[in-house]
Amino acid sequence: MDRQELFPVSRRGVLAAGVATATLAGGPLSAQEAAMAEGPPPTSPVTLKVNGKTHRLDLDNRTTLLDALREHWKLTGTKKGCDHGQCGACTVIVDGRRINSCLSLAAMHDGDEITTIEGLGTPDRLHPMQAAFVRHDGYQCGYCTPGQICSAVAMLGEIKAGIPSHVSASLEATPQPTVDELRERMSGNICRCGAYSNIIDAIREVAGQGAGGKA
Amino acid sequence: MRAFTYERATTPAEAAAAAARTPGAKFIAGGTNLLDLMKLQIETPAHLVDVNRLGLDRIEATPDGGLRIGALVRNTDLAADARVRRDYAVLSRALLAGASGQLRNRATTAGNLLQRTRCPYFYDTTKPCNKREPGAGCSAIGGFNRNLAIVGTSEHCIATHPSDMAVAMRVLDAQVETVNADGAARVIPIADFHTLPGATPHVETTLATGELITAVTLPRPLGGTHVYRKVRDRASYAFALVSVAAVLQPDGSGRLAFGGLAHKPWRVEAAEQRIGQGPRAVAGAVLDGARTTPQNAFKTLLVERTLDAVFTSARA
Repeated sequence: MDRQELFPVSRRGVLAAGVATATLAGGPLSAQEAAMAEGPPPTSPVTLKVNGKTHRLDLDNRTTLLDALREHWKLTGTKKGCDHGQCGACTVIVDGRRINSCLSLAAMHDGDEITTIEGLGTPDRLHPMQAAFVRHDGYQCGYCTPGQICSAVAMLGEIKAGIPSHVSASLEATPQPTVDELRERMSGNICRCGAYSNIIDAIREVAGQGAGGKA
Repeated sequence: MRAFTYERATTPAEAAAAAARTPGAKFIAGGTNLLDLMKLQIETPAHLVDVNRLGLDRIEATPDGGLRIGALVRNTDLAADARVRRDYAVLSRALLAGASGQLRNRATTAGNLLQRTRCPYFYDTTKPCNKREPGAGCSAIGGFNRNLAIVGTSEHCIATHPSDMAVAMRVLDAQVETVNADGAARVIPIADFHTLPGATPHVETTLATGELITAVTLPRPLGGTHVYRKVRDRASYAFALVSVAAVLQPDGSGRLAFGGLAHKPWRVEAAEQRIGQGPRAVAGAVLDGARTTPQNAFKTLLVERTLDAVFTSARA
């Protein structure tokens, strides 16, 4: 018996069944959903200042900040890893703070100032954190690197601002960029190549502690 | 993600009215949990009311010596606030034990209380889940349930509440301030805010449709030694297997709340009378009526051992 007889279903048939299932699973459509199903998806006007340049677009409301940066403004330095806030590859800096751009809608950032890896440095003028990652070989495949670097830059700002962490012995003492602190604070950035020790060396160098030394 | 309409509200009353007026509406603040669930079509709001610009992002002293935390205060800012670090250290510690730096920068105080469970079957849309689809059945009972609840469960749901912050709020007896679509305000004690699953596991709080959290208030500081101890599978960026929020006084009295055990932050006031009798006596009272599975029965002993560690560190 060949495969065709076992599964006598065309690809088109499978797709149609999939759509029917999706509709049933969602229950009866509300009037609003029915209206939306007929027209184009609702959009919102969004103005973002990305790396010093102002962009204005009407975006499908579903567009995440990550997709706006990559698909609409072609700033593909910021990477999509898990798209669920677990890996940190999409980390960008918004109004001075690092966030997962995959878990934010672009519309929620109207008027915000965004810094991506492209805004931190250029191939000719690397940001000190980029230069340190190169010097310490803080990557292998490089996919997580833009997120690691944006995260690290903003993370050092958090230490400077005196924000404590889970491993800070005292909540009231000024936190220091020790290896333990850096590891804890960078736990939202996954590197599946496992370049962690070199990443920590690079960050420590920028933090002014000297790479490889004792905390 | 399903398509939705979107609006930005500028006042709390306007936000509550907008949410009550539009069928299928939800508030969005940090979005760190809601967007995750929308991508998986576990949440399918027809309309989002963006509450990020309501100005509810301040922490203020209250007349009776406590703190009023605006609903939109980000987890990072709450953990780092000098008054919280000094007077409510258990809250700072709980916040810092949760999520990642990036997520804490976005996640809000109100949103943290409203987090949905991380039960794997709630997330797996190919499996029945009473929380996702009332009446469908529970895949976790008899499934992979190593990290699920052991107290306050029902035959319909054994999901846990994932928040660390809420456990500290419970030990501090915080109060949740809200406004509804008519503009009326009310105050809900944190003990009455989250519900047990019972026959309606899809209902997780006592909030009404369109009711918006505006602030969480803390009563005047309790003093004592504050400890938040979280046991998890990784040293960082993981949900609790068991966590303990403790405020212990020099006279041997104290308060204890637990995460990772139930559908809500778990606190048994009667157990707090037994602190002087040691961790086993306390754990026994906390877990009175517990129903474990072969996979999560280890939590019983883990509660006792975590309490032991908490009491030891408080004495140090």
